[in-house]
Amino acid sequence: MQKVGIIGVGQSTFVRGYEGSIRELAFEGFQESMRDAQLKPADINASIICSAPEYDKQRTPAGLLAEYFGLNPQPTFYIESVCSSSSMGLRVAYSMIQAGLHDVVAVIGFQKMSEISSAESQERMGRGADIMWESPFGTMMPAYYAMHARAHMNTYGTTEEDLALIRVKAASYGQINEKAVYRKEVTLEKALGSDPVATPLKVFDCCANADGSSCIIVASEKMAKKLSPKPVWILGLGAASAAINMPGRKTFTGLTCAREAAKQAYGMAGLTPQDIDVAEAHDCFTIAEMMAYEDLGFAERGKGKELIRNKETYIGGKIPVNVDGGLLSKGHPIGATGGSQIRTITLQLRGEAGAMQVEGAKTGLVHNIGGVGIYGNVSIFGRD
Amino acid sequence: MGFERFGTVSFVAQTKVAEFIGYLDEGKVMGTQCKSCGTKFFPPRNDCAQCLGSDIEWFEITGKGKLLTFSKLIYAPAGFEGDLPYRICVVEYEDGVKVFGRISPSIPDEDVSIGMALVAVPVKLSGEKIAYEFQRA
Ligand SMILES: [Zn+2]
Repeated sequence: MQKVGIIGVGQSTFVRGYEGSIRELAFEGFQESMRDAQLKPADINASIICSAPEYDKQRTPAGLLAEYFGLNPQPTFYIESVCSSSSMGLRVAYSMIQAGLHDVVAVIGFQKMSEISSAESQERMGRGADIMWESPFGTMMPAYYAMHARAHMNTYGTTEEDLALIRVKAASYGQINEKAVYRKEVTLEKALGSDPVATPLKVFDCCANADGSSCIIVASEKMAKKLSPKPVWILGLGAASAAINMPGRKTFTGLTCAREAAKQAYGMAGLTPQDIDVAEAHDCFTIAEMMAYEDLGFAERGKGKELIRNKETYIGGKIPVNVDGGLLSKGHPIGATGGSQIRTITLQLRGEAGAMQVEGAKTGLVHNIGGVGIYGNVSIFGRD
Repeated sequence: MGFERFGTVSFVAQTKVAEFIGYLDEGKVMGTQCKSCGTKFFPPRNDCAQCLGSDIEWFEITGKGKLLTFSKLIYAPAGFEGDLPYRICVVEYEDGVKVFGRISPSIPDEDVSIGMALVAVPVKLSGEKIAYEFQRA
């Protein structure tokens, strides 16, 4: 089987309250990726548009963006798996290229969360769970992850301070990422002293909402070698699902969709967790990164806290995680998030991550979760 | 119709398992069981994902459950502000059935701990609304 590579990456700066329309926002990520790949719109054989539609006033954004980006008459369509939409987009692009349908595919992610009011946004986010049996009790995303945090603490002795340490790390890298929405330092005292949102999670355990866009240009092996001096290869792709409702969960100390997706991705790549040099984990909440350490096999179950206590997930540690600030500081514009994570790993493997560079990184991993562990995507990348 | 009475704000009005509300009125929290293969479901469902049948019967969630995990909300989504603060939770029963809901405000925070025994009890809300909560066993 041929290889499939990434030949261009781009993202907008993630901001609060983008002052422009969704077409202009999405164009920023597309423009940067096309300049990176040195391509023209006619070189793109198909486009996949990834976002969460409940934020968009525009119906069927794929049609809008394809026209605005000069991608007519090539095929375009929409993919949604909430927060993991653009990782799912990558999976579909990979499939289309392996099937021989297309040679060069653009995976375009965007979200203008400020398109609707903050109250509307909270209510819509809550409806990303079982609206018939759970929403009537007044659920919210932070509270769902908080229940996982409580279970993890009770089972393994993880502490609120361990979670705060993850936030401190994210902020230390968010400060040096010019694309991040939150560029300030967060001290341990500040994180631990922040107001509770849904116990045991506090304000600084939660990611920053942001508007943003990302774009990944994916190509067949032949086209990647022809068009790119430094293609980054897709070595493994895993995707899985789990119950949308909490009673359907076997455990609250990890996400089974992530474990299953990781198993598939490592298997396809023929690699183990020890082979990964740098990783992007879906830290929508600090507890989500803690569970990712264990679900991805970077730590044994219950030992995730040792990784952060010993700074093993910082640059220079055993397995640097989210050294671009993560969702916590870089921001989490739903549909753009996976593409931004893939961009970070691509830049790392090309040695172009600047102050965030993990020296000599050869293999990288992206862990991207939709909803409270409904959809799990794990992707592994490598270079020549 | 009927299911719009469930909880503080219901997002679904029509369902084939709306009888759940009638049972709550009678003081019972019920799940469904597949008549063909015997699989028990909570939340209740009309259709069986094990054998793909749609012939179900109701069973009552009785006895003591065990608190698996919980969170106390300080902020609420639109429409739930008046309920704050409240604690959502998951409770597991001996037959493996798990139930999502709220912990009764009658139990103070300091008495809530993982593993504690709880019982599911229907509670009337304002207007015609009805739900259930977990009380001390
Ligand atoms: Zn059955």
